[in-house]
Amino acid sequence: MSASQWARDLGMGVRFAFAGGREGWIRALLTAVGVGLGVALLLLTTAIPNALAERNRREAARSDHTFTQQKIPRAEDTLVVLDTDTMFRDRDVRGRMLEPEGPRAPLPPGLSEFPAKGEMAVSPALKELLASDSGKLLRERLPYRITGTIGEQGLVGSQELAYFAGGKGLGDRLEYARGARIDSFGNPDLPPSDPWDPVLLLLVLVVFVVLLMPVAVFIAAAVRFGGERRDRRLAALRLVGSDSRMTRRIAAGEALAGSVLGLVLGTGFFLLGRQLAASFEVYRVSVFPSYLNPSPLLAALVAVSVPTAAVLVTLLALRGVVIEPLGVVRTAKPARRRLWWRLLLPLGGLAMLVPMVGQGDDGGTFNQYLLVGGVMLLLVGVTALLPWIVERVVARLGSGGIAWQLAVRRLQLSSGAAARMVNGIAVAVAGAIALQMLFAGVESNYTAASQYDVSRAQMQVHVPEHLELASTAEKFRDTRGVHKVTALAETYLADGHTDASSLVQVTLGDCAALREVATLPSCRDGDVFAVHGAKYDTDTAKLAKPGKKLWFDGADEDRPGEHFSWTVPQDIRRAESREDPTGTERGGILVTPGAPFTTLASFAEKELYLSLAPAEPNAYEYARNTAARMEPTADPMVWHAVERNDRFATIRTGLLVGAACVLALIGASLLVSQLEQLRERRKLLSSLVAFGTRRRTLSLSVLWQTAIPIGLGLLLAATVGMALGAVLLRMVNQSVRVDWPSVLSMTGIGAGVVLVVTLLSLPPLLRMMRPDGLRTE
Amino acid sequence: MTIPAGSLLTAQDLRKAYGPTTALDGAEFSIHPGEVVAVMGPSGSGKSTLLHCLAGIVPPDSGSITYNGREVTAMSDAERSALRRSEFGFVFQFGQLVPELTCVENVALPLRLNGSSRKEAERTALAWMERLEVDELRKKRPGEVSGGQGQRVAVARALVTNPRVVFADEPTGALDSFNGERVMELLTDAARSANTAVVLVTHEARVAAYSDREIVVRDGRSRDMERVV
Amino acid sequence: MSIGHTLLGLLESGPRHGYDLKRAFDEKFGHDRPLHYGQVYSTMSRLLKHGLVEVDGIEAGGGPERKRYAITEAGITDVERWLATPEKPEPYLQSTLYTKVVLALLTHRDAGDILDTQRSEHLRSMRILTDRKRKGDLADQLICDHALFHLEADLRWLELTAARLDKLREAVAR
Repeated sequence: MSASQWARDLGMGVRFAFAGGREGWIRALLTAVGVGLGVALLLLTTAIPNALAERNRREAARSDHTFTQQKIPRAEDTLVVLDTDTMFRDRDVRGRMLEPEGPRAPLPPGLSEFPAKGEMAVSPALKELLASDSGKLLRERLPYRITGTIGEQGLVGSQELAYFAGGKGLGDRLEYARGARIDSFGNPDLPPSDPWDPVLLLLVLVVFVVLLMPVAVFIAAAVRFGGERRDRRLAALRLVGSDSRMTRRIAAGEALAGSVLGLVLGTGFFLLGRQLAASFEVYRVSVFPSYLNPSPLLAALVAVSVPTAAVLVTLLALRGVVIEPLGVVRTAKPARRRLWWRLLLPLGGLAMLVPMVGQGDDGGTFNQYLLVGGVMLLLVGVTALLPWIVERVVARLGSGGIAWQLAVRRLQLSSGAAARMVNGIAVAVAGAIALQMLFAGVESNYTAASQYDVSRAQMQVHVPEHLELASTAEKFRDTRGVHKVTALAETYLADGHTDASSLVQVTLGDCAALREVATLPSCRDGDVFAVHGAKYDTDTAKLAKPGKKLWFDGADEDRPGEHFSWTVPQDIRRAESREDPTGTERGGILVTPGAPFTTLASFAEKELYLSLAPAEPNAYEYARNTAARMEPTADPMVWHAVERNDRFATIRTGLLVGAACVLALIGASLLVSQLEQLRERRKLLSSLVAFGTRRRTLSLSVLWQTAIPIGLGLLLAATVGMALGAVLLRMVNQSVRVDWPSVLSMTGIGAGVVLVVTLLSLPPLLRMMRPDGLRTE
Repeated sequence: MTIPAGSLLTAQDLRKAYGPTTALDGAEFSIHPGEVVAVMGPSGSGKSTLLHCLAGIVPPDSGSITYNGREVTAMSDAERSALRRSEFGFVFQFGQLVPELTCVENVALPLRLNGSSRKEAERTALAWMERLEVDELRKKRPGEVSGGQGQRVAVARALVTNPRVVFADEPTGALDSFNGERVMELLTDAARSANTAVVLVTHEARVAAYSDREIVVRDGRSRDMERVV
Repeated sequence: MSIGHTLLGLLESGPRHGYDLKRAFDEKFGHDRPLHYGQVYSTMSRLLKHGLVEVDGIEAGGGPERKRYAITEAGITDVERWLATPEKPEPYLQSTLYTKVVLALLTHRDAGDILDTQRSEHLRSMRILTDRKRKGDLADQLICDHALFHLEADLRWLELTAARLDKLREAVAR
């Protein structure tokens, strides 16, 4: 066999791929779009590690006070940075106030000069937000003139909201404000991020496998678009004298052409998506196009493996087909599908995973290859088992309505094609179910239920040292949307001056505020209470005895007149503990402002607990604006019922986004093959309509025809997914618990895709059922 | 033209255009119960369109079609579908049998569309298949039978509901003359004995010779040869 | 085929001399069998006797060949009737049919009508034969089939001619 003949046959295939008139083009384009979408997703996936690394690098490069431990004196090369981070609605705004203290003060990445006092440089996204109507409330919070833009090097994402504002005299505020004096940005000494927890690593690996498997399945399906027509064309070639090996090579050439065009389109989609990616923010994470650079090696791997896979799949599909000059003969009765090797795949996968059970505990490690291999085998097992199951079940399906009969008979004749269509969705759903189970199982490790009682207060504001509590509280009371303000100051008293053995908490507040932390018998200004019955509090009873002398804990030895001591008054009254807004039972001593305790107030930590009117959607923003007027570095804390580990949240987000993309992709390919099938049956559909078949009957039969394999596919997917989920849970030493809501929601999403596809194919179906289809002779 | 007395299906002044192409340009037609009428004419003359209009598959742009005293053009799509299901039968040149269903299931299809139970429908279907001498094919799928057998199965399917009118569009077009004539013989015999009218679109004279009379369609206009002579 | 009707038809486009008629006939229909002068004279005198033609004028020099003939109203009606009557379907009648079609074209009558009428007549015969075939034994069937195939050949010729009427019209007009 000479190379030139090979080249000639392949070239002929390439020509056929595009030269088949309008239909040929459409077919080639469909294949290419399918392959292209898959390639784009592959490239994107290979680019994600780089993107994450780049984000980490930039984050590290601009880090300022966070990692600075030592205090350094003011010098020629120092810069004072105040952390004025805030939130707007649910978006983070990174804020910094800068004051260079000398000509050599370090410029942060992304800035070319320091903004002057009252001016700021902003990120493009923030600039846009501030200019928009919806940014009006934020505008009030940032009363600086915009004089510059932060360059890409200073931002970790295109949609990041950030600003640098200039200030004067910031050094004095370091006493009480979040911030630092620094002489450089970035912290090369610290590792860029903590080493990955093995469980998190497991999650990330599995997410990638779970997302890529359906893409592979999808590409395999895409190169088979229009297979029947291709077979007929090959038969015609046999008629004019090409032998069966030549036709195979021609078919390979066709597949090659489609997949190479797909590579080109895929690269285009990827570049387009990369640009588009800059304008999107997914779950608060945005990227710059330049982040998304696939590593050359992986890109080359994609470029080689996709066309190779396309050719292999084509040749494999042709294996069961004998192309004769006068038509296509499927090898007599296709061999009955055998079960054993199909079962071997998932069982083999399980066998690879089971030895790792229990290794994920505390610092254990997994064999990554075994893990990835096992998960892949299990998922490939789905695609191997599904055709067998569909064949068996469909063969047993009994009588029913006419629509049912049409659908079942069609499935009986071509169950393989039906199963192929659903494979991708089944794999995606199986993987997603396993992951969701794993997530639900380990969630407790990474998610702490917060103790905050969000029904009593939704925001906590720390009042800085230099401000007075009562008047600040008043400002918040006057703020729109604030329903109630509970102002409390807190400090501790010890039983000794230098050799304290017990501490008691002292809470200062007016009667209404104190009632939030304890049940008071009655309350007048001037009263003092001792709280009894708080959990874990044994010292109060010991120390809060009338006449006992207590010392202020942590008084600064160097500052005169602050050896503060306090004698428990004779008329101290008893109060019962209750949960305070932070969710803890507070013990200690409660003091009203009228009691002789005034000096203590200046040493206390002062907190405001805000209860917001639910009817005012912007209440949070008004409160933040008030807080920013009070002190720009104040970052009021919004209370949530649940707190998550951030990295965990990112992975989960990644999974959701990925699964959505993959399912959309598969849905698109389902639609394409559905339409192709319908087009091939156009004439039959028309003649069925002619003799009076209701459109409803035909539509229903199309629905059944998709719904039966999909139902089986989802059932199998749920089974395999739960099995995989159970093994993965055992690997990280979690008890196996089926997370039914996620099983149901994932299968639901899969079913939803099918429903959408069926709905979308109905209009063309109805159009094809018009009698015009009879007019072809 | 007035409706001829005793006419089962009558069309008057039918006009139909597909885009810029005029398919029917004032065609007339009428058929009596049990009558076999051949529609002849060169290809592209509009004879298939005439059949589609008469059968209520395609609504004409203008003109009237009366079936058994009812105006077909005034019916809704659902009503026309119901009419086709219960009163009409169809035979086309090819591509009409559902490839996934067995022959007997194909023949039973119209009965099942009318709501018969599967068992009953297939019993009736088998009786008709016997009449058309294809009962031994009942378990086979259309892909496994010859063209002539397939057409006979199609004829059985067209007759299985005891329709008042069978519309046959080039029913022998894909067959050789021997098989074609056999199909025509069986079709016309069965139709005559059941008093079923047959509208037979064909360009073959020897097929048209099985009709009682013929009309000629030329450039979308019809000529009823009975009236001319 | 009827020479009388043909000559009558040729006269419909205007009065002609006897020799003109012969030349026109030979040119259009007499490809392998030209008319004798004698045939023209005897036919014309028969038509004169029946009042289907009249003498329009005689040129100087006398002699029958110098007579100019014109068609009468009765003559036109006769041509009309002849054209509208289908020929009895039998083998090898295409020469008559051809003459009829050409005459129809020459006299601006609807040639398609002639073909349709003829087809209808053929079909009538074919129906009878088909019916006999269905009821008869194998011998009947074979005999009928023979006739049917011949008739079908005629019908195909009719179809073909119908499809080429426009071209024929051009050719005849030349």
